[in-house]
Amino acid sequence: MDEVKVIEIKKSVFAENEKDADALRQELKSKGVFLLNLMSSPGSGKTTTLIQLINKIKDKVRIAVMEADIDSDVDAVKIKKATGVPSIQLHTGGMCHLDAEMTRQGLDNLNLNEVDLVILENVGNLVCPAEFDTGSCCNVMILSVPEGDDKALKYPLMFSVCDVVLINKIDILPYFDFDMEKCSKNIHERNPQAIIIPISAKTGEGVNVFADWLLHEVQEWKAQTREF
Amino acid sequence: MHELGIVFYIIRDVKQVAEENHVDHVSTVVMDIGEVSTVVPHLLTDCWRWAADKEPLLQGCEMQCNTIPAVTWCDECKREYETVKYGKTCPHCNSDNTWLLHGNEVEINSIVV
Repeated sequence: MDEVKVIEIKKSVFAENEKDADALRQELKSKGVFLLNLMSSPGSGKTTTLIQLINKIKDKVRIAVMEADIDSDVDAVKIKKATGVPSIQLHTGGMCHLDAEMTRQGLDNLNLNEVDLVILENVGNLVCPAEFDTGSCCNVMILSVPEGDDKALKYPLMFSVCDVVLINKIDILPYFDFDMEKCSKNIHERNPQAIIIPISAKTGEGVNVFADWLLHEVQEWKAQTREF
Repeated sequence: MHELGIVFYIIRDVKQVAEENHVDHVSTVVMDIGEVSTVVPHLLTDCWRWAADKEPLLQGCEMQCNTIPAVTWCDECKREYETVKYGKTCPHCNSDNTWLLHGNEVEINSIVV
């Protein structure tokens, strides 16, 4: 019988990706480029929110968008048409998330010398994207009113990795049993630091609050670059 | 749903370890999967079968999954409890000031060559 040997590894599957992600963040810092990773379930209004946001801040910062989807380029085309900012589509080839290496490949297709803020619209999914650090400088997620106020209980990891939670579609609050206070409590139990901003991507309500927060973060990031 | 992506990471890591140890075939990969890791062991092994057979190094290689129980620590009463049974709220003192001690692992434990 052949000799059997056991080689101990004891290593997290995510360790390599986390190393790649940290390296990417450092590189972005040295270039003064802020990368925002936007996550949510499908249909929560990521693309509509982005269009509202970009049109509010595109005169203040230079923006590019990377749209990640399993297939099609409808989002990239929509963003470019509605905002005029450069927008590229990334296909994940069937995968339900983006990792740091895929994000880097996307960034290689943008001219980073002419960009201050890159927005990555991740694949619509509340589970997998939370597991994989993309190398972003901040994580933002959208929870829309029809999804319910209990989502932080069901998808705790997603809520715990996000710096900001946008509660979208507040214009239809009267038609749903959505308890904003309960929702905030559920989120803060998982992530006490999370900033919660209620918005309506349709009417534009609340989008300014998020825009101001984001512009401030981009400036802080670029200030760190100058100290490099 | 993310199990296939995770399988590709495992293959990448196992290939690297095999190369470092001058191994040309791996017969078993042993995984440690936490109860609340969001990874479903039988989906992981299904994806593994599909992807591993495409690699000469891993043809016919079995995947074994050890389950790591999820245990939460209560900061209030300084006791442990089963996460899956009680969730975020401590069954001893009703506090929400609790933290997961272990149970979210997705780790490659070892390989058998």
